[in-house]
Amino acid sequence: MLAAMTKEYPLSQELREKIDRILDAHERDYTQIVNILMEVQDLNEKHYVPEPVAYYLAKKLEIPVARIFDCITFYGQLSEKPRAKYPIQVCNSPSCRVNAVNTVQMLEILEDLLDIKLGETTYDGRFTIETTSCYGACDRAPAVRINGKVYDHLDSREKIEALLRSLQ
Amino acid sequence: MRDIKFLTKNFGKYDTSSIDSYLSIGGFDALKKAVTMEPTAISDLIASVKVKGRGGAEYDMGRKWSQARDVKGDNKLLICNADEGETTTFKDRELIKNDPFNLLEAMIIGAYVVGAVEGFIYMRGEYACYRPLLLDAMRQCREKGFLGKNILGKGFDFDIKLYSGAGAYVCGEGTALIRSIEGKAGRPRMKPPFIKVSGAFARPTCLNNVESFSIVPHLLLDEKGEYASCGSGNSIGTKMVSVAGNVNRPGVFEIPFGTTVREIIYDLAGGVQHNHGIRLIQFGGASGKIADASILDTPYTYEALRGAGVMVGSGGILVIDERTSVLDFLRMNQDFFSEESCGQCTPCREGNLHIKIILDKMAEGKATEEDLRVMEKIARVMSMSSLCGLGETAQNTLMSAMRVFPEVFQAGGAR
Ligand SMILES: Cc1cc2nc3c(=O)[nH]c(=O)nc-3n(C[C@H](O)[C@H](O)[C@H](O)COP(=O)(O)O)c2cc1C
Ligand code: SF4
Ligand code: FES
Repeated sequence: MLAAMTKEYPLSQELREKIDRILDAHERDYTQIVNILMEVQDLNEKHYVPEPVAYYLAKKLEIPVARIFDCITFYGQLSEKPRAKYPIQVCNSPSCRVNAVNTVQMLEILEDLLDIKLGETTYDGRFTIETTSCYGACDRAPAVRINGKVYDHLDSREKIEALLRSLQ
Repeated sequence: MRDIKFLTKNFGKYDTSSIDSYLSIGGFDALKKAVTMEPTAISDLIASVKVKGRGGAEYDMGRKWSQARDVKGDNKLLICNADEGETTTFKDRELIKNDPFNLLEAMIIGAYVVGAVEGFIYMRGEYACYRPLLLDAMRQCREKGFLGKNILGKGFDFDIKLYSGAGAYVCGEGTALIRSIEGKAGRPRMKPPFIKVSGAFARPTCLNNVESFSIVPHLLLDEKGEYASCGSGNSIGTKMVSVAGNVNRPGVFEIPFGTTVREIIYDLAGGVQHNHGIRLIQFGGASGKIADASILDTPYTYEALRGAGVMVGSGGILVIDERTSVLDFLRMNQDFFSEESCGQCTPCREGNLHIKIILDKMAEGKATEEDLRVMEKIARVMSMSSLCGLGETAQNTLMSAMRVFPEVFQAGGAR
């Protein structure tokens, strides 16, 4: 039944092995799908879950692929579309928005340094600027989050520039 | 103000990567004591000091545990809500980071009390960096026999699994959290059935917040009654608060109930940036209510805050100084809900959208009296008819603003 619903996509041997290792670490437990997807999407330099990978996971976990897409589109930290290597996330919730370098200023500085607008990606695919809801680092503002890591106390243009330069 | 370390007693006192280090400071003494007691004696103890759930809903914890115990079923679940998605709320983060073994010990005690055979920790995706810490702590507990079969030779079995979210505030809501644990998108469902009888995988489930759990081991070993000596009335013991916004020293502080709001903001959080005046204070995150500076001398207790029109909620305290207008703040807060509504039910999905539109109109000075009436009506309809707690509480901030700052809600829009 499930097999009939599952498209076959060839994945490279290397990618399959990496995905299998993640699945094994979660004992191939489909209830861990959210966390599995978080880890699997980071296997890709563009931090997303490509369609063939979603089908592969559905098959391995024996769940409908629709369930996987439902999760990817529901959870804010998961993506079905390619993102930048370094998606720069700026918190858009009140605590951060009222702070020294507030969200608006932070976005202005980032837009200026990277020469892109909010939501855009740099020509080399390295940076995107995004906004997100509170990520629990309200006491560390002004901060940005990049691939899950919070970089805090960015209270000057120089510090923000130094951070961007350090990401290769 | 009394300086007290009760919940934060172990912070910095042991190496969080080592169970031996935890044992050397008396770790698991509370569990060892618990298993010599009647389970009901433990829930009674919790009830006797009136512990209210620290996740925001303020439900009586001793009562929750004794009710969970009374539910029939031999496959009960115990879940720790570490989703902490409320804005300005980051106290659970400190408890997980600085005292992970205490949390695990508390859950094992909880399992003994309610008769749970399995436990889950549901931690927000943003805290993924603490996964290795918790997973390793759980492994060490298994090695020492604190998790697994026949714990401490008392014939009860219990183990814990860790689940992670991936950026969805609504997953802190009980039924959404449970769906997420079942490996689905975290959309809330209608109640009943209530979680306590049919939770994750349709098993009876007892759900508590990280801080609620964390109190228990300390309470069991509190022979001198230190906890009960703090606070008064229905607000006994200590509370973790997280303070952020326009303060000089944002952070997490443990306070005895009864500390004044002024002491929290000025003594602990270092006062307002550049000595600005306070425009407003929001208690309990984005779904919390707001007050103006007249609340400063109110003691931080459940009763007094309620009397002043706000609530303890998640323990978050957001200080906004006079550089931000009430209206701009409301628009920021509204953005959070417009973003985080799961969109499943109409009052919340459409209500949040239309309130945002009207607030934006106000900012442009174009809101009519009709707009303002409609906004108030939408807010009321949302709180009464939304499917889950998100939609029910999303307009708390707005409705309290209407009461505290009526001058902002004038036709034509506002200052
Ligand atoms: C939208 C929404 C989000 C919530 N988020 C959290 C949360 O992040 N952490 C939490 O402990 N409780 C949260 N709650 C409250 C929980 O549903 C639940 O009441 C609580 O975890 C029970 O534990 P307690 O009694 O120990 O507080 C949330 C509720 C709603 C409606
Ligand atoms: S109230 Fe909001 S968050 Fe809750 S189910 Fe309805 S749309 Fe979703
Ligand atoms: S408000 Fe920005 S991290 Fe919490």
